[in-house]
Amino acid sequence: MQDMKKLAQLLKEVEDQLVVCMRCGMCQSVCPVFAETGRESDVARGKLALLDGLLQEMFKDPTGVQDRLSRCLLCGSCAANCPSGVKVLDIFIKARAIITNYVGLSPLKKIIFRKMLSQPELFDRLLEWGSKFQGIFVKPVDDLLGTSCARFVSPLGDRHFSSLAPEPFHRMVPSLDTPAGASGLKVAFFTGCVIDKVFPRIGTAALRTLKHHGVGVFIPKEVGCCGIPALSSGDTDTFNKLILHNLKGFGSRNFDYLVTACATCTSTIKKLWPTMAEELTPGELDRVKALAEKTMDISQFLVEKVGVKPEAAGETGEKTLITYHDPCHLKKSLGIAVQPRTVIQANPSYRFKEMKEADKCCGCGGSFNLQYYDLSSAIGKHKRDNIVDSGCSVVATSCPACMLQISDMLSQAGDRVEVKHAIEIYAESLDKK
Amino acid sequence: MISQAVIKEFERILGKEKVFLDETDRHTYSYDAAVLEPVLPSVVLRPTSSEELGRLVRICNENSIPLTVRGAGTNLSGGTIPKKGGAVVLTNALNKILEINTEDLYAIVQPGVVTAKFAAAVEAKGLFYPPDPGSQAVSTLGGNVAENAGGLRGLKYGVTRDYVMGLEFFDVNGEIVKTGSRTVKCVTGYNLAALMVGSEGTLGVFDKIILKLIPMPTGRKAMMAIFDNVIKASETVAAIIAHRIVPATLEFMDNFTIRTVEDYSRVGLPTDAAALLLIEVDGHPAQVEEDAAKVESICREMGAMKIRVAQDAAERDKVWEARRAALSALAKLKPTVVLEDATVPRSKIPAMIQALEEISRRFNLTIGTFGHAGDGNLHPTILTDKRNKEEWHRVEAAIDAIFDKALGLGGTLSGEHGIGMAKSRYLEKETSKGTILFSRRIKAALDPKGILNPGKIIGE
Repeated sequence: MQDMKKLAQLLKEVEDQLVVCMRCGMCQSVCPVFAETGRESDVARGKLALLDGLLQEMFKDPTGVQDRLSRCLLCGSCAANCPSGVKVLDIFIKARAIITNYVGLSPLKKIIFRKMLSQPELFDRLLEWGSKFQGIFVKPVDDLLGTSCARFVSPLGDRHFSSLAPEPFHRMVPSLDTPAGASGLKVAFFTGCVIDKVFPRIGTAALRTLKHHGVGVFIPKEVGCCGIPALSSGDTDTFNKLILHNLKGFGSRNFDYLVTACATCTSTIKKLWPTMAEELTPGELDRVKALAEKTMDISQFLVEKVGVKPEAAGETGEKTLITYHDPCHLKKSLGIAVQPRTVIQANPSYRFKEMKEADKCCGCGGSFNLQYYDLSSAIGKHKRDNIVDSGCSVVATSCPACMLQISDMLSQAGDRVEVKHAIEIYAESLDKK
Repeated sequence: MISQAVIKEFERILGKEKVFLDETDRHTYSYDAAVLEPVLPSVVLRPTSSEELGRLVRICNENSIPLTVRGAGTNLSGGTIPKKGGAVVLTNALNKILEINTEDLYAIVQPGVVTAKFAAAVEAKGLFYPPDPGSQAVSTLGGNVAENAGGLRGLKYGVTRDYVMGLEFFDVNGEIVKTGSRTVKCVTGYNLAALMVGSEGTLGVFDKIILKLIPMPTGRKAMMAIFDNVIKASETVAAIIAHRIVPATLEFMDNFTIRTVEDYSRVGLPTDAAALLLIEVDGHPAQVEEDAAKVESICREMGAMKIRVAQDAAERDKVWEARRAALSALAKLKPTVVLEDATVPRSKIPAMIQALEEISRRFNLTIGTFGHAGDGNLHPTILTDKRNKEEWHRVEAAIDAIFDKALGLGGTLSGEHGIGMAKSRYLEKETSKGTILFSRRIKAALDPKGILNPGKIIGE
């Protein structure tokens, strides 16, 4: 029998935030998971009530609460819609860490996070081997989307996944240090795992764009995952290791902004590094905070710091119809929605059209997709329907994880819609300038 | 305790995935939006068809299992807390709009339809369903009918009761009872719908609801009247009605609420005003212009410092944004928010507002007051922290004082939140011992074992 009193004591850390929930239930109207299941334990109010129950020592075993707490995309829709301003994500992330530290990490997650993810060089090597041998286990299904599926019965189930790139971004650009050009600005570029391993084309588009605008770029050799997969599972050890690893790479160099093309990395570095980092020296914490302050989404950087504007209307000729999906980590977490649209509309070859519920979560949620694929797909299918209903032949977004999910949904439905990153769309227009 | 045999029967009817037995799942159905202690149900059931619903009711009755029906669990008086444990039956999978009839102006719905989704579906056909509880984005029509929910438009359009043309519900034996009809006029038999609306799940379980629809008003105009004196503002409410104008909405906000909302949402409210009235008239555009001009002139005569008339839809939205933000803004100040529901005759609003200020001072509590002044329905909102036991005792005493005052002024315990568990102890004060006994005889006749939402409204 576990000592629930001890766990309750640990959860005191979030008590002041928990009591803010007035149980009005308004989170039900925006929660993508609740919309599918109708279960109170799947919505923020229910999860907050469960944490309160743990705090009041109402349960004999915390694993039931832990399970239900994991059934959350961390999309932030509830927090953005909460009348009381409950900091739902802060509470959930802290609570996951507290409970996981208390009951322990599952053996599988221990291997993935502590033996692989927290050792970036080994992680890179493993996935490079994976890239070389993936042809044995997977077969291509959709050329346009670049998706594949398993050849044999596999833990990946029916997924149509975007294959690992033949050459990861870090092999194409092991490191970089170019001086500021005409813009007078220099940025550090944080690649992120999915861009590095699956969509290096996003990284190259970003570099091409920055070079075009005379922005100097620094990419350190020592760079790793931003840590969100580990933190979402409550593994603060791995999260802290990764922060320190990245700090070593970026920390002491001079640059104006830290730019990323991944909504999740941006949000994690900006909001979670300074608040969730533990056991850092005061000096390290100051550097983390300084990095967080400098961190920007690439579209935001281009619009706000470089001055990219939408192309003036009036050109003739055939235009490709394009729509945009708002990643939760960009819009709901950081309030960035206009800038990516501006960047897309800076390419005159496209005509922009809003889809219905553009800011509704695509259902990916990182590890949520791995753990609850059926639920993740059910949510993703609504996104696919809205994309198809828009009549567009391209859907852009600003998060490579959303790209994986949207590609899966479109590929499974056999839709002929391309999935691209906003920066790719913009970079295409530079070829013509 | 529910026997294993009965649980197996539930699972046979619904399938295991719709029978929640795990302690953690059950815990999330032990509360609603009222500030009351949670009570754990023994089982939670999620039927997806009328047939399943009827069978569950019958089994609960046969086995004397307390049964509490739950829509979205947004009610503010504890109506969906399973006071005696037993089974919580969810209606959120019974969520179909079965018909919207644009010729005869009615709709037939299942109880789990979300209010705002229904209102939008009706609006898409050029029709109007006026009841608009603050929780409409998530609350269900079945819950609205059970609680007789109100909203901002109560003054002109009434509450949910005024739109229920008919009901089909399961009696405690799981037999279907039909009352009312699709016709505007229907005087057949007992008016059972009148009994069922607001009965808070204590007499039967709704299966289908026939709701009246009306044409969408073609014109609307909103304004904000700013006062330097609370009493002047509250007297203006009665003056407007006395001039035979019935606005769609007539809302009140005191200075504390004004300042809190402005701090929170920066919509440009006058923070030095003692009180605000937010008024909207609707109807035919010509009539709207005439009524709006009259309301403006009455406000001036009554001593309004300033009147801001919304010139377009965007400005009108801003007026209502301010009102809608009231609870959210207040809620951010303290961890626990007690949203009360004191309702008095319109002419007594000045006295009630004065009393609330006095109660706030006497019990040394922060109380923000806003609400539907046009129909006498105020929401004194007490801001506290339930963990502070000493303060919580003062809150409870203040709530007693608020209801004593409302009743003393000829008012009522609830304008729109229902009685549930939270206010059943006050019921005799408003009615009489005889009324409660009479109500209990009705309950005993219709639910002899007392399984339907026991302990609500009339106590035990």
